[in-house]
Amino acid sequence: MSKKSTTAVKATTQKKTRKPKLAVWKFSSCDGCQLSLLDCEDELLAVAEHVDIANFPEASRAITKGPYDISLVEGSITTPHDAERIHQVRRQSKVLITIGACATAGGIQALRNFKDVKQFIAAVYANPKFIETLNKSTPIADHVFVDFELRGCPISKLQLVEVINAYLNGRKPNTPSYAVCVECKRRGITCGLVAHGPICLGPVTQAGCDALCPSYHRGCFGCFGPKETPNTSALSTYWKTLGVKDDDLVRLFRGFNAYAEAFRKESEAHEK
Amino acid sequence: MKSKTLKVDYLARVEGEGGLLVKISGKKVTDVKFNIFEPPRFFEAFLRGRLYSEAPDITARICGICPVAYQMSSVHAMEHAFGVTVDGQLRALRRLLYCGEWIESHALHVFMLHAPDFLGYADAIQMAKDHGPVVQMALKLKKVGNDIVTLVGGREIHPINVRVGGFYKLPTKKELETLVERLKWAVDASIQTVKFTAKLPFPEFERPYEYVALRHEQEYPFNEGRLVSNKGLNIGIHEYENHFMEEHVSHSNALHSILKERGAYFVGPLARYNLNFDKLTPAAQDAAKSAGIGKGTNNPFKSIIVRAVEMLYACEEALRIIKEYKIPEKAVVDIEPKLGTGYGCTEAPRGILYHRYRLDERGIILDAKIVPPTSQNQKTIEQDLREYIPSRMNLSQEKLTWQCEQAIRNYDPCISCATHFLKIEIAHE
Repeated sequence: MSKKSTTAVKATTQKKTRKPKLAVWKFSSCDGCQLSLLDCEDELLAVAEHVDIANFPEASRAITKGPYDISLVEGSITTPHDAERIHQVRRQSKVLITIGACATAGGIQALRNFKDVKQFIAAVYANPKFIETLNKSTPIADHVFVDFELRGCPISKLQLVEVINAYLNGRKPNTPSYAVCVECKRRGITCGLVAHGPICLGPVTQAGCDALCPSYHRGCFGCFGPKETPNTSALSTYWKTLGVKDDDLVRLFRGFNAYAEAFRKESEAHEK
Repeated sequence: MKSKTLKVDYLARVEGEGGLLVKISGKKVTDVKFNIFEPPRFFEAFLRGRLYSEAPDITARICGICPVAYQMSSVHAMEHAFGVTVDGQLRALRRLLYCGEWIESHALHVFMLHAPDFLGYADAIQMAKDHGPVVQMALKLKKVGNDIVTLVGGREIHPINVRVGGFYKLPTKKELETLVERLKWAVDASIQTVKFTAKLPFPEFERPYEYVALRHEQEYPFNEGRLVSNKGLNIGIHEYENHFMEEHVSHSNALHSILKERGAYFVGPLARYNLNFDKLTPAAQDAAKSAGIGKGTNNPFKSIIVRAVEMLYACEEALRIIKEYKIPEKAVVDIEPKLGTGYGCTEAPRGILYHRYRLDERGIILDAKIVPPTSQNQKTIEQDLREYIPSRMNLSQEKLTWQCEQAIRNYDPCISCATHFLKIEIAHE
């Protein structure tokens, strides 16, 4: 690597710009939601023209200091260090948007919240003393004020672009909080629940995937978390008439959004 | 004696959170720690009590970059436990899905994560200012890979169409044929990519690695095969734990995996290539030869060329599968859960991914073990740095640090994978 190119990197990172500054932060997660940004193959270079991607370690080793106009936060809080770090992120961010089920509901790793985490560590580690972890995996909003929560496991690329666009233009994002069923009806897909098809969380799950699983002859398994005012107990009662057992109900509601309030309460109601 | 410390607090352009600490005293490297501080997520622990059918979707969440690999290793392990074989066109479709993941993952790494190191840019967006057409080609290639995963799997990150026994819904021949033109373009673009990577400036650096990869009699390995190495390993997947073990070290939230007999080993594209060159298509072999890596290379920096060659192979393989595709009668073979243990090992873009599940008679998971590629490469990465640094002590701190980062990125480490947290069975003092 030449001397010239090293200087070039410095020059670009230090250049003053009026473009809004975007930062991407990672906490406990799989990296999939921030990858959605890199998966915007058609839009990425265009977005980079209008936004200064100032802090995005997965993509760049150049980091511009805050404050940032928009911070996208992926992942849940699971360590004492991260519980501190999220406050630093908040202080540097004009707008803080959580992306995905981990940041918004604690993610799949929140399954620990229903068990004693010490047993988990003892069961999995040779040297438990090396491991620093909190008892619970919690969403970002449990720690700091969040301006907007984008749902999904993973998030939808279209919704991500919509939300960034909305905040850059000072308007409210257009991301519906109704059920997957609405999308399913709009696509003209036969209802699995009514046709005695697969068990489906669609009636209580927020839209955003465009009814993906039903379109693949599969029941919804709740990637986007509970919709606004979900009637989970009515759905459970109906499933029980079809012979679904309590154990299965617990598992159904304990997925990627297990710790979201509506799903958590419903799973606990069926736990013996 | 003069001593110095190289420190990268937060390693960029890798998936997940890791750092690097190198201590140098005089001309000697006294300590290398590839520090993984990505928080543990306890997958093996909470898989207990879940149904066999949930494993593909739950384990996919270990990694957003290679979810297909987790889905493939888990379905194969479950099918092994139940004594079921998925073959014919269903098997071919799985292979096609994997081609898509290799293409998108390799395109991401070659152009957006690794090439900027060789050319001296902080990232691909900076690189695009001087190399616009290359970055545009990269994004288009990556999209072809993602389009395959989306068509066969439902969406590019955490696909929803994979299940134990097959799929939920089968694509029609016509649907798959919509990919053909783009794939033909991608074959040419991959050849360009091989040429592009061959011209990069490579440091002189070779070590006598032990490479470990799957080997299959008929094909370049994705889903099945025996585990082989260049130092005599040749075992069935179910024997994995007899030969490999994991160490828990204090500076990492991921376990270090080693061969019990010989220590550190190397998995990933370079290992696959060096052990399976003869199974590549003629075009991929020719491209590799003209790129100067012949039938194998021991320079880990040249992994970037191998990724480009594998991308070419995956595009050609995808075209072949689509050409021969006939929609099967059933999307899924019958599954009857039963008591037992199942093993699965497939070739993730970054190397072998091992799963083992013990199940009860209803198919409920009693315990699970998952060993991702990055934890297998960790020890080799640290050893590389120990050998790489001494002859480059005269470089400035900044340059040397950057070169160390580049050397780590040879392995395309996926730190999210490595710290999903492994169940371990060997205790250490």
